[in-house]
Amino acid sequence: MHLALVLLSFITLAPFVWMLLTSFKTFEESVQMPPDILPQAWNLINYRIVLNKFPFAMFYWNTFAMMGMTVAVQLVVCSMAGYAFARLQFPGKEFLFTLCLALLMVPGQIFLVPHYDIMVRLKLTNSITALWLPKIFSAFGTFMLRQFFQGLPKSLDEAAMIDGSGFFGIYARILLPLVKPALISLAILTALSAFKDLMWPLIVNNAMDKMTLSAGLAMLIGEHTTIYPQVMAGSALAVWPMILLFLMFQKHFVEGIALTGIK
Amino acid sequence: MKSRARNQLRRGEILAGYSMIAPLYIGLIVFYLFAFGQNIYDSLTNKSSFGVPDFVGLANYIKMFKAPYFYQALQNTLMYVVICVPLVVVFSVLVAVLLNVGVRGTGAYRTLSFLPAVTLPAAIALMWKWLLNYEFGLINALLNAFGISSIAWLSDPQVVLFAVSMVFVWSSVSYQVIVLLAGLQGISSNYYEAARIDGAGRVQQFFSITLPLLSPSIFFVMVTSIINVFQIFDIIYLIIPQYSSGTAASRSLATFFFEEAFIKFQKGYGAAIAVALFVVIMVVTLAQMWFQKKWVHYDE
Repeated sequence: MHLALVLLSFITLAPFVWMLLTSFKTFEESVQMPPDILPQAWNLINYRIVLNKFPFAMFYWNTFAMMGMTVAVQLVVCSMAGYAFARLQFPGKEFLFTLCLALLMVPGQIFLVPHYDIMVRLKLTNSITALWLPKIFSAFGTFMLRQFFQGLPKSLDEAAMIDGSGFFGIYARILLPLVKPALISLAILTALSAFKDLMWPLIVNNAMDKMTLSAGLAMLIGEHTTIYPQVMAGSALAVWPMILLFLMFQKHFVEGIALTGIK
Repeated sequence: MKSRARNQLRRGEILAGYSMIAPLYIGLIVFYLFAFGQNIYDSLTNKSSFGVPDFVGLANYIKMFKAPYFYQALQNTLMYVVICVPLVVVFSVLVAVLLNVGVRGTGAYRTLSFLPAVTLPAAIALMWKWLLNYEFGLINALLNAFGISSIAWLSDPQVVLFAVSMVFVWSSVSYQVIVLLAGLQGISSNYYEAARIDGAGRVQQFFSITLPLLSPSIFFVMVTSIINVFQIFDIIYLIIPQYSSGTAASRSLATFFFEEAFIKFQKGYGAAIAVALFVVIMVVTLAQMWFQKKWVHYDE
């Protein structure tokens, strides 16, 4: 059992370890065959070169600003709609909700050419707004939060209604705090998928200082680079923030991801 | 009097309902419904980067159905599904079961094995591009050490599809393990105790309790894997150089779409490819829904 666990950890970790080790090597060391495991000296030259060649500070800022906006706006939009679908009666509700669910099944590529045109028309290409704007209207988020609102006892609404709360007040002051765990999970899932996305950032922003980490890495390899110590240094710079966040909030990450599997 | 108050409340509820779904629906209409229709329309035009597109009828579709590249991309995509989905399902079940056994240090092992799930796919692609490098990669160095000659993982047309699949499986097992672990923890230990009393061994417990009770989660893993593999893009795009000997042999429908629409800027043609991808995924999704009823066991 332990052997299997050690083997599993090795297979998982080896690519990360090799990335880090390579990032400290000189070019000559990296192309030596058979390779030495450890670098001769732990020099940071590759990191310095990559940081000079590429605006990593902008990559970080663009990525996290995009993630922050996607999460914040999506939570507001989807929790309001989720509450309305779970708790309020209005004509056409079933139809509108089914339509929302149907969108869950449509692959994203079919929207990308039109999304790009919308961004061109709004003069938003090469902006952070372009990165998050199409991502905030989430059918999945609405569906998930609706399930959670439905799980809360209806007597809460009735009590609040007697106390003179309106529908918006019930949503904002009574029910929203109670679905906080679901909001955190959705926030993590949304942040993670926004962080990982490559195709849309590549399409909509081609100015280097408006790129995300994902698209920035594509540039790193696109420059006909075969200097792998630099490529690995760039990769290491791109992966650590999310790994750090994960190590800090592992419980929430795991709960969030596990939640997607609940039917 | 009372009924008028109730009417007013009812009107308020309807108004609140519409206004609270309004932000979502404005977005869904603009970015999804309108965009969907626009994409269909674009696929009937010769839209490119400049100029006003002309309506060309089904020309893009005819071009697509005549293009050997399209069939190869379709075939590659189906190959990715056939190779990756079973491997992801089998490995993630095995790893989840392994991590669910309460050995000392399981927590640390779990943390480690979750890392690929939070790593940028772009970085994963670059890490593996280096590991699989023909001349200087670690994997060929290891093969050489065992007397096996180097393999051109990323340029040999016979091999690239398997290399990409391997990286895909490595990168996505971790996420699915998290989903399955939650499923495993939902299985009551009573089942296992009863099985032990009846004298069932570990292997028998796995097949007669774990697998059937985990089937909803396994189904979920299968469905999401299928959808993800049908849209496989990041790894291929970053690991296989453009215009190289491995390009055609590894190209998926999603990379084909991206190349035509956003590298060659043949947006009308790209839109038609997106429609093809949509149709393929819809057919598969509907087939799955039908198939689900046959084998997934939902606990009452």
